[in-house]
Amino acid sequence: MTPMDYEFLRKLLKERSGLDLSSDKQYLVESRLTPLARRVGLSGIAELVAKIKSGAEALTLEVVEAMTTNETFFFRDKIPFDHLRQTVLPELVQARANRRSLRIWCAASSTGQEPYSIAMCIKEFAPLAGWRVEIVATDLSQGVLEKSKAGIFSQFEVQRGLPIQMLVKYFTQTGELWQLNADIRAMVQHRQLNLLQDFSHLGTFDVIFCRNVLIYFDQDTKINIFDRLARVLEPDGVLALGAAESVVGISDAFRSCPERRGLYRPNVTRTARAGVTAMTLSALKAFAAAAAP
Amino acid sequence: MRTCLVVDDSSVIRKVARRILEGLDFQILEAEDGQKALEVCKRGLPDAILLDWNMPVMDGYEFLGNLRRMPGGDQPKVVFCTTENDVAHIARALHAGANEYIMKPFDKEIVTAKFQEVGLI
Repeated sequence: MTPMDYEFLRKLLKERSGLDLSSDKQYLVESRLTPLARRVGLSGIAELVAKIKSGAEALTLEVVEAMTTNETFFFRDKIPFDHLRQTVLPELVQARANRRSLRIWCAASSTGQEPYSIAMCIKEFAPLAGWRVEIVATDLSQGVLEKSKAGIFSQFEVQRGLPIQMLVKYFTQTGELWQLNADIRAMVQHRQLNLLQDFSHLGTFDVIFCRNVLIYFDQDTKINIFDRLARVLEPDGVLALGAAESVVGISDAFRSCPERRGLYRPNVTRTARAGVTAMTLSALKAFAAAAAP
Repeated sequence: MRTCLVVDDSSVIRKVARRILEGLDFQILEAEDGQKALEVCKRGLPDAILLDWNMPVMDGYEFLGNLRRMPGGDQPKVVFCTTENDVAHIARALHAGANEYIMKPFDKEIVTAKFQEVGLI
């Protein structure tokens, strides 16, 4: 791959998915895109780049999807799900007792193991029986969303993190494949979404899982996404990040929860200040409009 | 150091399991069938048992029943590791007192995840 082709692909991936590749990741691009080029009948990366430059949009999307890391497994890292069961859900049950509904967003949900792990936690949490619980799973890639919707997993996938009792309870076996039962699948809504684009139309959430995705973004993109996540999270809501991720030193839109590693709350003081600023601006605009001849 | 008894009639599987579990800081004991595994347990109960189902002399299911009836036999965490991969076998194993279940083929990640699940690491 020529340095020019690599620079072109780096820029394209940054614009389309936020993926921030350092200058030494040529091997990664080559290992993921060469098979894709061959599959669509091209000789290699050079022809692939030429095709993208000529405006092949479907191929561009395939390139972006091929470069996305979809590593995931059930109950990944365990601790966030322990927090969910032991503290987050019990607190929300009290706080939302009147409304009896919860909204949970699983951003970058990949092939579904994370949103379905949340769904199984909800199902097992007796005080939520009879509540309306929405789990929204979003991902950039339509391909992984289709796999997630089907809820069919290999023997290897169901053995990574899923307790055996849950496998027996919530899955149906078909040969060497295991499909999540319809009631669990029905708890999760799937939508294609690019985190770089506006997501305010999703509404507000009580819990957001945004794990192991922001690590691929540069600092400015992270700040921007944290700001927008804070705006769609309820003031007493919770953001769960991946084990290697944190807001510390990046954004003051959230504050960490002491003794609950990986969980963050919206920084209400900051949000309130932003609200005052917004109000002042809108008041000024109204004043200017009224004063205009 | 915690101990894990690997019970399998295949020396290859025992060797693979030993390599994985030693990497997880377990001291390994081995037995090639359920009868020999019971003898090991009578001398001293291990912390964990990785257990095959189909073995000559005494199979894993019968061994588990005998183990759980022994004084203190409810203590070791038992993880089945078998090619009996259908849901009926899994349910039967859980009913007999297995703590976890690995469907062969397996790798280090799966063994680690299952041992974490039952609190062994």
